[in-house]
Amino acid sequence: MKSPNPFDFYNMNALLSDEERQVRDAVREYLRKEVQPEIRDCFREAKFPLHLAKAFGELGLLGANLEGYDCPGLNNVAYGLLMQELEYIDSGLRSFASVQGALVMYPIYTFGSEEHKQKYLPKLAKGEMIGCFGLTEPDYGSNPGGMITRAERVSGGFKLNGRKMWITNASLADVAVVWAKLDGKVHGFLVEKGTKGFQPKPMHGKLSLRASDTSEILLDDCVVPEENLLPGSNGLKSPLMCLTQARYGIAWGVIGAAIACFEESLEYAKGRVMFDKPIAGFQLTQNKFAHMMTEITKMQLLVLQLGRMKDKGEMHHAQVSMAKRNNCFHALEIARMSRQVLGGNGIMDDYVSMRHANNLETVITYEGTHEIHTLVLGEAATGIQAYA
Amino acid sequence: MKIAILLKQVPVKDATLKVNGDGLWIDEDNVTFEINESDHYGLEEALRLKEKHDGEVVVVTMGPERVKESIKQALAKGADRAIHINSSGYSNPDPIAHAKLLCAAIKDENFDLILSGLQSDDLGYGQTGVLVAEMLGMAHATLVMETDVQDGKIKVKRELEGGWFQSVELPLPAVLTIQSGLNQIRYATIKGIMAAKRKEIKEIAISDLGVSDADASGIQMHKIYLPVKTKQTVVLEGDTADIVSKLVDKLKNEAKVL
Ligand SMILES: Cc1cc2nc3c(=O)[nH]c(=O)nc-3n(C[C@H](O)[C@H](O)[C@H](O)COP(=O)(O)OP(=O)(O)OC[C@H]3O[C@@H](n4cnc5c(N)ncnc54)[C@H](O)[C@@H]3O)c2cc1C
Repeated sequence: MKSPNPFDFYNMNALLSDEERQVRDAVREYLRKEVQPEIRDCFREAKFPLHLAKAFGELGLLGANLEGYDCPGLNNVAYGLLMQELEYIDSGLRSFASVQGALVMYPIYTFGSEEHKQKYLPKLAKGEMIGCFGLTEPDYGSNPGGMITRAERVSGGFKLNGRKMWITNASLADVAVVWAKLDGKVHGFLVEKGTKGFQPKPMHGKLSLRASDTSEILLDDCVVPEENLLPGSNGLKSPLMCLTQARYGIAWGVIGAAIACFEESLEYAKGRVMFDKPIAGFQLTQNKFAHMMTEITKMQLLVLQLGRMKDKGEMHHAQVSMAKRNNCFHALEIARMSRQVLGGNGIMDDYVSMRHANNLETVITYEGTHEIHTLVLGEAATGIQAYA
Repeated sequence: MKIAILLKQVPVKDATLKVNGDGLWIDEDNVTFEINESDHYGLEEALRLKEKHDGEVVVVTMGPERVKESIKQALAKGADRAIHINSSGYSNPDPIAHAKLLCAAIKDENFDLILSGLQSDDLGYGQTGVLVAEMLGMAHATLVMETDVQDGKIKVKRELEGGWFQSVELPLPAVLTIQSGLNQIRYATIKGIMAAKRKEIKEIAISDLGVSDADASGIQMHKIYLPVKTKQTVVLEGDTADIVSKLVDKLKNEAKVL
C-alpha cells in the first residue's frame, strides 16, 4: 500500500471527475508559473496586480460557475477548485475573483434585467470590466439590515445617499452593486464609475489582504437612472443570497492557503537542523503536522460534499456557514502554526505563511465573522435566533 | 492545412525515479507524467499555423491509457481531434517500431505537415520524427526554430551548433522536429477544457495496425541505472585575475553553466 499524500490524505483527488482535475491542474499551472513570482511584491507594495483581470478573464476564472453570457458554466466543485488554486497564491486574488463572480456577476445574473445581463456579464467575464459589492457600512457590519444608505425616487431615477466601507475593488470598479434602502426595504442598484456623487476612496494601512483594493464609497446625492435598479432584488435576503455564493467559494479557497502553509513548513522542518536533528523529527513539530494534515483533510471533505449538494440544488445556507466557519478557522490556525515552525524566518516575506496568516484574519472576518456563522449554526441546531 | 503533432507523454521533470524490479525500466507506479517538453512547443507551433492558415490540428499519441490525460490537455489547448494508439502491454524501445506504428495509424490522413518534438525526455533518441518522414516519403528538417509556410512549401530556421542557424526550404508535405523555446506556449482555458469534451479521440489497438514486425527490435535494454553522483573539491590558486579566469573556464567547459 502506497503511503497517502500528506496534502490529500484521503485521496479526494479520486472523487473528482476528469474535467474537475483538468480545470484544477490547468489553472494551477498558470497561477504558479505566472502569478506566484510577483505576488510578494504586490503584497509589499499594497497593490492589486490589475493586469491579471484580463488574464483571469481569458482563462475563464471570472463567474466561472455561471452559464451563458460568455461564462464557462463550470460545476460548483470545479469552481471551488479554482478558488482553492487562487488562494494558494494569495487571498487577495481569490477575493478579486469572488467579488467579481459571486458578488457582482451573480446578482446581475439573478436579480438583473435581460439588458443588465447583456450589458455587463460578458465584459465582467472577460475581465474587461471590474465590479464591486457595497453592503457594509461604518456602523453596520455584522448587522447589514440596519444600513443607513438610502435611495429615494427622483425624476428619471433614484438618488443614493450614504457611506459604504471595506469595499473590495471599489477604487478599480467600473460598476458597483450598491445596496440601499428604498421605502425601508433593501434593494440593489448599479452605479457606474464616474457617476456624479459616487466617490470611492482607498483605505490605507492594512496589514492584511494587501494585494487587494479595499475602499470606502461615499454616495453624495448620487443619481442613477431608473433602469439601474436590479429589478429582482427584494429585501435583505437578496444580498444575503450573494454572500452565500461568495462564502461557498471562500470555504474552498482557504484550503489553498492552508496547503501552501503546510507545504512550506513541512519542507522547512525536514531541512532545518536543531539539536543535531531535523526539527521535523521532534514530537512537538510532528504534533503540529498531524493536526494540520487532519484539519486539511476534514476541510476538503466538507467542501466536496457541499459542492455536490450545491450542484444538485440541495445546499442550505447554514451548510455553507459550517464550511466557511470551520475552514477559515482552521486555515488561520494552520497558517499561524506553519509560521511558528519556520522560527525567525517565518516573519520574513520570503516565506508565505505569515502573509497567508495575515490575509486569513480578513477572511475569517468578512462574509460573516466566525461568531456570526456560529450563531447561524446555533439557530440551525436549536431553532432559536441569538443574534440580538 | 492539415497538421499532425506527434505527442509523447514522459515522466515529469522533477520526478524521483526508481529502477524497477528487473532493472530494465523505471518503476512507473509512483511517477506522474506530462507532455514531453519539445512536443509542447510543437503543439503550440501547430496551433499557431492553424490560426494563420486555417485547417486542422490532429494529436497523435502512442502510449497506455494514462496518455489520455495529455491528449485531453492538447485538445483543451485547441487541437481538433486525436488519434490514440493504445500501447498497453506493449514494450519495445526501438524507435523504428514506433515509427512504423505511427505511420500505419496516420498514412491515410494525408497530412500537409507533421510536427514532433526534437526528442523525448525519457529515451532521447531524437529519431521518431525523422523515421516517420522517411517511411512516408516526406521531406524533413530537424531542430526547427522558426516556420514560415508559403504556397506549397515551408521555410524553416534550424539551430546548428555554436550559435549558428540554417535557413532551409522544404516542399510540402513535410515533417519537422521542433526545438523547445521557439514560441511561447499557451495555457489551456476553462472554455477550452469544456470544449475538449466534445472532441473525438480515436483509439486504435497496436494489433489493429497490421504492423507484423511491431515486436522486432534492434535495441535491447541490458540495464538502466541512476547516475552515480561524485563530489570533488578543487582549490583554485593564483592572484584574483588568475582565479577568475580559471573559474570562468571551469564554469564554461566543465560545469557547462555559462
Ligand atoms: C479586507 C476586507 C474586505 C471587505 N470587503 C467587503 C466588500 O467587498 N463588501 C462589503 O460589503 N463588505 C466587505 N467587508 C466588510 C466585512 O464583511 C465586515 O468587516 C464584516 O461583516 C464585519 O463587520 P464589522 O467589521 O463592522 O465588524 P462588527 O460587526 O462590528 O463585529 C465586530 C466583532 O463583534 C462580533 N459580533 C458582532 N455581532 C455579534 C453578535 N451578535 N454576537 C457575537 N459577536 C458579534 C463580530 O463577530 C466581531 O468579532 C470587507 C472587510 C475587510 C476587512
